[in-house]
Amino acid sequence: MGVTPDAEQAVAAAVGAASTVVPVGAGTQREVGGPVPTGTEVGAPSGIVAYDPAELTVTAGAGTSVDELDAALGAHAQECVLDPRDRRATLGGLLAVGLSGPRRLRYGPLRDRVLEVRFATADGRLVRGGGPTVKNVTGFDLPRLLVGSFGTLGVLTRVILRCQPRPALSRWYRAPGEPDAVRAACLAPSTITWGPDGTRVLLEGHPDDVDAQAAAAELVALPDDGPAWPDAPHRGRVSVPPGQVRQVGAGLAALDGVVWLAEWGVGTVHVGAATEDGLAAARGVATAAGGWLLRESGAPTLDGFGVALPASEVMARVKAAFDPTGKLAPGRLPIPGAGVAAPGVVSGGRIGGPARA
Amino acid sequence: MCFPASPAEVAAAVAVAARHDRPFVARGSGTGLSGGATPVGRPVVIVTTHLNRILDVDPAARVAWVEPGVLNLDLSRSVSHLGLHYAPDPSSQAACTIGGNVATNAGGPHCLASGVTAAHVLALDVVLADGSIAQLGGLEPDQPGYDLRGCFVGSEGTMGIATRVAVRLTRDPTVVRTLLLDFTSVEAAGATVSGIIAAGIVPAALEMMDAEITRAVEDYVGAGYPRDAAAVLLVELDGLEAGVAAQVEEVRAVGREHGARSVRVAADERERALLWKGRKSAFGAIARIAPDYYLHDVVVPRTRLVEVLLEVYEIAEEQRLTMMNVFHAGDGNLHPLIVFDAREPGVWPRVTDAGDAILRACVAAGGVLSGEHGIGLEKRDAMPLVFGPDDLDAQARLRDAFDPWGRANPDKVLPRGSRCGELGVVPEGAWV
Ligand SMILES: Cc1cc2nc3c(=O)[nH]c(=O)nc-3n(C[C@H](O)[C@H](O)[C@H](O)COP(=O)(O)OP(=O)(O)OC[C@H]3O[C@@H](n4cnc5c(N)ncnc54)[C@H](O)[C@@H]3O)c2cc1C
Repeated sequence: MGVTPDAEQAVAAAVGAASTVVPVGAGTQREVGGPVPTGTEVGAPSGIVAYDPAELTVTAGAGTSVDELDAALGAHAQECVLDPRDRRATLGGLLAVGLSGPRRLRYGPLRDRVLEVRFATADGRLVRGGGPTVKNVTGFDLPRLLVGSFGTLGVLTRVILRCQPRPALSRWYRAPGEPDAVRAACLAPSTITWGPDGTRVLLEGHPDDVDAQAAAAELVALPDDGPAWPDAPHRGRVSVPPGQVRQVGAGLAALDGVVWLAEWGVGTVHVGAATEDGLAAARGVATAAGGWLLRESGAPTLDGFGVALPASEVMARVKAAFDPTGKLAPGRLPIPGAGVAAPGVVSGGRIGGPARA
Repeated sequence: MCFPASPAEVAAAVAVAARHDRPFVARGSGTGLSGGATPVGRPVVIVTTHLNRILDVDPAARVAWVEPGVLNLDLSRSVSHLGLHYAPDPSSQAACTIGGNVATNAGGPHCLASGVTAAHVLALDVVLADGSIAQLGGLEPDQPGYDLRGCFVGSEGTMGIATRVAVRLTRDPTVVRTLLLDFTSVEAAGATVSGIIAAGIVPAALEMMDAEITRAVEDYVGAGYPRDAAAVLLVELDGLEAGVAAQVEEVRAVGREHGARSVRVAADERERALLWKGRKSAFGAIARIAPDYYLHDVVVPRTRLVEVLLEVYEIAEEQRLTMMNVFHAGDGNLHPLIVFDAREPGVWPRVTDAGDAILRACVAAGGVLSGEHGIGLEKRDAMPLVFGPDDLDAQARLRDAFDPWGRANPDKVLPRGSRCGELGVVPEGAWV
């Protein structure tokens, strides 16, 4: 299906008509967070709509895969820093789940890539938020609202993303010392990982600068594509204030059958466990350090989030305003009262009004 | 009007407003240029200037917690000894507050590479319209649920009042080079902007000044700008030695290719500071030309920059107005500056007509209404130029979810009738 207004309208119509909507992409992140409900599966159109390298922006259907986007941008020595674990992921799925890739330390989180979104609303309309330009404060930030919303506020159909020139060189290194020493010695490392096997660093930029930084930090070049990200039947990601990562690492190291790797300076710790109990124990470590653990795969009986949502009253009102009947991806996010409009809020038909013809 | 000195006092002021069912308006330094802090409908005005403490700086985590009334430049100054700075640098940074920056999602010359305010705010304590306090975002990289922090940034006081802000601090670059390129036509300068981006360079800053403003600035500060240039580009490159050196040569080559008369690289920090002083004093400089100005803020796709700029000049000519341009060319963010004397009979309608025409030209070129100053009152009724009824409805739903009572700066950003089903829907294309 090409990315035409008709195709997007068809998505909106399907969403409007269904009683329970399950937005689907490539299925690479189905197990992240709350369980996928049963209902009408709705996908988004795929394909690149517009790409002008001189603008450093690209417009694509939300069903486009990261692989396809990479190929198009790569032909012009550009990239969009999305970095999913599985590059078959669709843009819509990736943004809806909202997980940032490992180069966040340098390039910032996933949500910073998104300039404009178009999405199908629960009542079958197409809504656009944000705008096509790289700088824009026209109206409220619907793109950021949609990133990480797990499909519970609308089904993304088309997005405009920010691109950047590809670095001349990207190279992984092993660091002999502490991750903080690397951070102090290097101006802007793209990634610093820290785990049982020590510290690894990704440097990107002008080859002479990369060499000079590596020399200054006494790094040893690695021939590979970087460290192995934890892989195990049960996976999750810990999110803690960056200063707590060492504590989390120590806690995880004490667990049997648990593998882990932290993004230093970010506060993300990737965890894999041989058993579901192992992942539950890792969650305990995260909580003790003032953070939380998101289930990414496996661990079917574990709660997806394991924490109550912050500012949950506001979140419940947001949910009720966009999806008053709770038909969009129910259960994917633990919104209190989702499915029933918060009492006393949806008053006078001002929000959550009926579908327009 | 009140001047709370603690978050609790902000909450108390909001609660008083709630009890009397009166709107409230947050105000920082009042430097906003879209009327966001303008009181409408006898509101309680809550001024944050007494909430001006830097609460905590964590150099290892590169995070600072500040109160909303802290001035932007004071924050950067207070962490400079650590080799850190707060990246968003609005030209008003000596006067505007972090709270105002958060509410307008402020930008600045150096936001081209490093991103605007939204990319630098990690967490916020906000007082909601019922007087309750909520924390949005956090220091951990991800929070479960919706990105309410992201929604609040840029909400222009319509979703509540920020009382504490955690911002990301940025490490000072190792090497900085500032270039001044001098052109005999704005077309050549514009083509150079596109050429630089197309060459795979995203400078730290890429600013353009046209003939009139360059002369005005030179007369005012004597920064060494060419008084006879049709346009100049101020390009800043930062990072590490080899990359910056290579980019300096590439920018020089792109400039020459497009007919730059000269390319000057600031020899030292003093010269660099002087070049920037020129750029940042533009608004002071024009005070010597005429007593009043109306500064616009629109964004166009960067490849359409020259075309829209030429239209802006035509509009000025049609309305017989002096129009100067000093702007963030690298991200297509135009700032047409109409300079006039309000005492001149009949000038005001020409000024506002020119403003309308600029907005329309920009939207026709695929642009947006504002890149950094916000919508506020000024552009509220122009919102239907870029958003359809369903788009505005969705924004209204988001706003109302934060403030179902409609008390937080209620008359700003969204035109009346934005909510579907609300009476008096603004006809498409109609405004002002
Ligand atoms: C000469 C000059 C140059 C400028 N250059 C730039 C520039 O380069 N880039 C740029 O982005 N802007 C620029 N501006 C515009 C202005 O400085 C910014 O919009 C700034 O962010 C406003 O900060 P303030 O403290 O003055 O806020 P105010 O003007 O007091 O308020 C602005 C808005 O923020 C809201 N607000 C204020 N504090 C809070 C709070 N704590 N919580 C919630 N809402 C709040 C107000 O209700 C209002 O809607 C310039 C202005 C001038 C006069």
